[in-house]
Amino acid sequence: MEKNKTHYRERVKFTLKMKKDYTLLIPEMAPLHFRLIEPILSRQGFKIALMGAEGPEVLQKGLKYVHNDICYPALLITGQMLTAMESGGYDPDKVAMVITQSGGGCRDSNYINLMRKAFEKAGYPNVPFISANIWGLEFNSGINLTPRTLLMALAGMIYGDMIMIVSNQVRPYEVNSGDTEAMIDRWIERLTASFQKGRGFMPKAIERNLQAIGADFAAIPVKKVPKVRVALIGELFLKYSPPGNNHLEEFLAEQDCEVFMPSMLGFGVYKTNGALEDLRLYGGKPLKKLVMKIVMQFLFKVEDLLIRNIESFDCFTAPERVNTLKKRAEGVIGIGNSMGEGWYLAAEMLELADHGYENIVCVQPFGCLPCHVSIKGMMNKVRRIDPRVNAVDIEYDPGATKVNQENRIKLMLAVAKENLN
Amino acid sequence: MKIGIDIGSTTIKCVVLDDQGQIIHNSYERHYAMITEKTREAIRGLIEQFHITEPVVCAISGSAGMGLAERAGIPFVQEVYATKVAIGHRLPDTDVVIELGGEDAKILFLKGNLEVRMNGTCAGGTGAFADQMASLMQVSVDEMNELAKEHEKIYSIASRCGVFAKTDIQPLLNQGARKEDISASIFYAIVNQTITGLAQGHPIEGNIVYLGGPLTFMSELRRSFDKTLDCQGICPEDSLHFVALGAAYYAEDKVDLNQALDIIGEQVDFVTDSVLQPLFRNQEEYDAFIERHNQHLVPRKEGIEYKGDAYLGIDSGSTTLKVVLTDEDGSIIFSKYQSNQGKPIDVVRDTLLEMYEQYPEVHIVSGAVTGYGEDMIRNALGVDLGVVETVAHFTAAKYFMPDVEFIIDIGGQDMKCFKIRNGAIDNIFLNEACSSGCGSFLQTFASSLGYPIEEFAQLGLFGDNPVDLGSRCTVFMNSSVKQAQKEGVTVENISAGLSISVIKNALYKVIRVHSADELGKKIVVQGGTFLNDAVLRAFEQEMGVDVIRPDIAGMMGAYGAALYAKQLCNSSPNGTQSGEAATALHSGILTYEELKDFSYEIKSVTCKGCNNHCQLTVNDFGNGRRFIGGNRCEKPVTNKAQDDSLNLYEYKLKLLSEYEPGTGTRGVIGLPMGLNMYEMYPFWHAFFTSLGYQVKMSGFSNRKLYLKGQGTIPSDTVCFPAKMMHGHIQQLIEMGVDVIFYPCMTYNFDEKKGANNYNCAVIAGYPEVIEANTINFGSIKYIADYVGPHAKKDFPGRIQQVLERHLGTFTKKEMKTACQRAYEAYENYMQKIRQQAQSIIAQAREQNKKIIVLAGRPYHVDPEINHGIHKLIAGLGFAVISEDAVASLVPKFKVNLLNQWTYHARLFSAAQYVSEQPDMYLVHLVSFGCGLDAVTTDEARSILEDAGKLYTQIKIDEVTNLGAIKIRLRSLMAAIEQTEEGIHSNGEE
Repeated sequence: MEKNKTHYRERVKFTLKMKKDYTLLIPEMAPLHFRLIEPILSRQGFKIALMGAEGPEVLQKGLKYVHNDICYPALLITGQMLTAMESGGYDPDKVAMVITQSGGGCRDSNYINLMRKAFEKAGYPNVPFISANIWGLEFNSGINLTPRTLLMALAGMIYGDMIMIVSNQVRPYEVNSGDTEAMIDRWIERLTASFQKGRGFMPKAIERNLQAIGADFAAIPVKKVPKVRVALIGELFLKYSPPGNNHLEEFLAEQDCEVFMPSMLGFGVYKTNGALEDLRLYGGKPLKKLVMKIVMQFLFKVEDLLIRNIESFDCFTAPERVNTLKKRAEGVIGIGNSMGEGWYLAAEMLELADHGYENIVCVQPFGCLPCHVSIKGMMNKVRRIDPRVNAVDIEYDPGATKVNQENRIKLMLAVAKENLN
Repeated sequence: MKIGIDIGSTTIKCVVLDDQGQIIHNSYERHYAMITEKTREAIRGLIEQFHITEPVVCAISGSAGMGLAERAGIPFVQEVYATKVAIGHRLPDTDVVIELGGEDAKILFLKGNLEVRMNGTCAGGTGAFADQMASLMQVSVDEMNELAKEHEKIYSIASRCGVFAKTDIQPLLNQGARKEDISASIFYAIVNQTITGLAQGHPIEGNIVYLGGPLTFMSELRRSFDKTLDCQGICPEDSLHFVALGAAYYAEDKVDLNQALDIIGEQVDFVTDSVLQPLFRNQEEYDAFIERHNQHLVPRKEGIEYKGDAYLGIDSGSTTLKVVLTDEDGSIIFSKYQSNQGKPIDVVRDTLLEMYEQYPEVHIVSGAVTGYGEDMIRNALGVDLGVVETVAHFTAAKYFMPDVEFIIDIGGQDMKCFKIRNGAIDNIFLNEACSSGCGSFLQTFASSLGYPIEEFAQLGLFGDNPVDLGSRCTVFMNSSVKQAQKEGVTVENISAGLSISVIKNALYKVIRVHSADELGKKIVVQGGTFLNDAVLRAFEQEMGVDVIRPDIAGMMGAYGAALYAKQLCNSSPNGTQSGEAATALHSGILTYEELKDFSYEIKSVTCKGCNNHCQLTVNDFGNGRRFIGGNRCEKPVTNKAQDDSLNLYEYKLKLLSEYEPGTGTRGVIGLPMGLNMYEMYPFWHAFFTSLGYQVKMSGFSNRKLYLKGQGTIPSDTVCFPAKMMHGHIQQLIEMGVDVIFYPCMTYNFDEKKGANNYNCAVIAGYPEVIEANTINFGSIKYIADYVGPHAKKDFPGRIQQVLERHLGTFTKKEMKTACQRAYEAYENYMQKIRQQAQSIIAQAREQNKKIIVLAGRPYHVDPEINHGIHKLIAGLGFAVISEDAVASLVPKFKVNLLNQWTYHARLFSAAQYVSEQPDMYLVHLVSFGCGLDAVTTDEARSILEDAGKLYTQIKIDEVTNLGAIKIRLRSLMAAIEQTEEGIHSNGEE
């Protein structure tokens, strides 16, 4: 073999100069939230586009360039990225890829590096990859987000959660088909317009808007017939990404179910809280602890803002606060379990059963490491604690067929229907 | 009247109930994937028999019936649910239902709250599996059942999936194990697959009912379930029809069957999103292709009377047996390619007799044997030489293309690819424990669709729109094929799609190639599977190159062996160069007369040489010649203990077993010896003995221990080392300790090699899984709190809080001392390992031995997890050390990953270290299902390859067959030798 001395390669950074004419490509996830956040970022001068490609061709591209035993989201997203590069829609020298990096012990912290390797092999070594994370990993000078922008993005997420949660509880029962969708469009337009004016992201304005959103959706005429109520939980990307979960939300709606999607904010709060738990369990510098406490206090307030406003409407079920969920996890799984979905899922299942969503589809990538513990490992125990829980875990993989997935979900639904009658 | 129709993966069942709920008609028929046709036939039959003109109450169930029911407007009921409905009517006292179908397996827990399980993305242990195994043994399923009744012993067969099980069974057959025993073992494998795959930690007890084809037809399978579960299950009347029965009970709405019949009959436009190219657009393309490939012929003198010198090559593969006889110039005088019928020795003997009869005056100068059966055939028939497969194939390929750059060989069960650089094997890729995507895979599909493989392949050539079936495991592909059939894809396009899948699997999964350039332009393809034109074409298309397929593609191993035998004779005319070649002037192969009288005897015994307790099959050929199979070390063969002095893995085991429980009086703490405990044991041992506890460990793993915990494993796809943990916990419970201490450790020690120091998510959280799924702790305290010894300063305070929650109060001082002792013990242990490694390295260098860094995880030291691979390596003449012993010898360096897991940081460091040591090679031990290694493998490979070193990976799981691993290691040896010769000859020039 020939020797090659330079094994390590410096990453390509996203510089301020690139910001002007580069397009940032983001894998499609939570379409509703994205519609709200996109205008905020474009106002800051970022050109953003979503990658939502799907199908066997896309996966084939992923399989070609990434180790085949890596988790499904990585395969799919790499496929989407390469599809975008080859689509002709973008100048390959003027795009940058954005991907989240949790920084936790899960494999997802390395997606970004695997994708860089894939791009190098596929002949695009100069495409910058931007890590979206909250821990300050991988600095890029071109990502000059002001605190104001971050606050606005956070507000976008709150609005997204609100609209998602209330609309899901109205849509299946609406008297006039299409009312709910129209209301969603109206609110997105309204919020976008007020963001343009630099308004709508301070606590008071948010409170006012959330109330108005709740009232508007509550006013949509509905006919409450008993329907199977299903919650969709599990791994973050698969849960929110329609290409990732074979359009599971649509499938469930077709089966005449009401689908509950948990809030995105809740997961963010849970994840950030993990750092504080680590400090509590293992010790650490007092200053770090203080900073984390302040951050958490802020996040708990934000969380409260959302939940309080959903709760103020009797007709809507609100997700529980992370601190409440934490109590639910006690005696089920340790709060120290913070990799991936960690203790959050077991607590969520118990929460959902208490709120009438005992039918649960739990999505996970095939072979997901934390899921061996947090989903498969906990299922028996959760059902021992609350026998109402009627959950099915569905695995996603390039080789997994829709038939098998739907068949298993139908089994869960058959049991649900029996319980409903 | 109520009608229930169950359209399953392999059969269609119908049940008709009268108004009193009595069955007045039932039927059961295989549908051979012709779902629409057969469903129509069934419905038409019902219409005629019962003179149906008006709408009737009817429902459809079954995995293949889902879409069809919707289309025809017939109510659909999910099949597991249908079973539940039927049980409710017929056997309401049932606690658990076990239902095995053609390709599905289900368990229903009815006691308490209803719980239903069916196989998900990973499947095994079904009727199709039993069919496959029976055909592997060349018996019918009924015969297999009869055979099993006569069994004397049970072999352990992998229960993760059918493909793995096959890898275990094939060598057993080849070693001559009794079919009776294998049959029974297969049934137990199905039982184990069902328990780990479906029960997922839920106990199976109470009134058990068996349903479905396999359990109805195979009494021994039922008996195996009974024995394993320690129960007496019943298989009710109509056990085949319960799903259909449930559908009938469930049915409420009336359906016009005549109308439905028409709708089902309508052609569905198959909307394909597949984008695969057809293999051939037209006959001309095919003709040109055939003409091009017909050029690569080996010279033949078959049928001509031949006297004089000849060389014999035998390739004893996993399913086939190839024999080639050549003359001085490499022309073939005699050749034969056949199935080994599960008894390779008999088949070789018959073939050689046939050869001698045809060519009575031939003089065999020398012979060589290669393949899985190498050692056995060599011993049985006195063949002069043995040669590792890779070398045999390379030798043959060179004959066709002296400057060959890449060789790919796809056989029945395995796949071998190697890159050639400067005339030497430079890089080897073999398929892993899993044999999916090889020849037998295509064969299985062909026969399940009712075609002989040749015809099936031929059909695929002109498929106009091959279906994309993905490139993963056979089980996944099974359901992809099912789905394609359901969508009405033609057999032509399925066949073409399967051929393309085989190639994609080889290229992207086994070889991990990204572009054609990486393989080079000069490619020779071989192996029986490439005789299939569809597969060959798919390869050329996918890679965009024209390749050479010799006309003897299926016999290249045997041909190479013959050429090898000749080469060795020629290179040592005086017989002085090597001991092996010295005997080669007159072949020692049994003569015609000797073969005529040849007989052998097979005994199966359990080796008592060490605590591995290998199941040995001893073949006695008379005259003191014998062959022992199933062994993991040389001890039963040579009758003396293997020298373990240059084996760090053995040293670690010895070190770990030397810790005494102590005489503490505070109580007995049990530590489960698995996963990270393999390294943390010295730490916790010192910690608790210092606190005044007696410390006991669960011991090293073995098969029995694994089975003890099998029923509590919730995830069938987690790695084997994690699954093993359940057995260790059960062991500790049996030992009756007071406390089981198995803490969660999100973080490992920071060895300052990377950005963070995590454990993998499974190691970090597995104590939670144990807690949530073990229900028999009784009065034993189980401590699974999160602890962080990595934070040395805060640790004493935190661990005191944790322990006081469970065990009462401790003084600060005793805690501080205990912690101090713990850290010392850990450091001491690691220090000893590093020192021993240095001493092994020094001794190896003195003895001129090469050193293998067997890079795994601490728990890969466990004998049941590594299956004795370290002994195998040592037996081949290497010194063996581990990654943790050398990782500290290189300074921190940058890698192209977020280097955040302690164990994996060691892997990178070890790779870096090896790349600087000319006499060291790295073998990466990977547990199947290890997600982190999917991230780290490519990086470790590139660290080594960038430094000009070979990277060898060995994947291990529950599988105990070491055949493929041995080939890989011997190939590595051959590659090392060849490279060295290359260096020598270059140096001389």
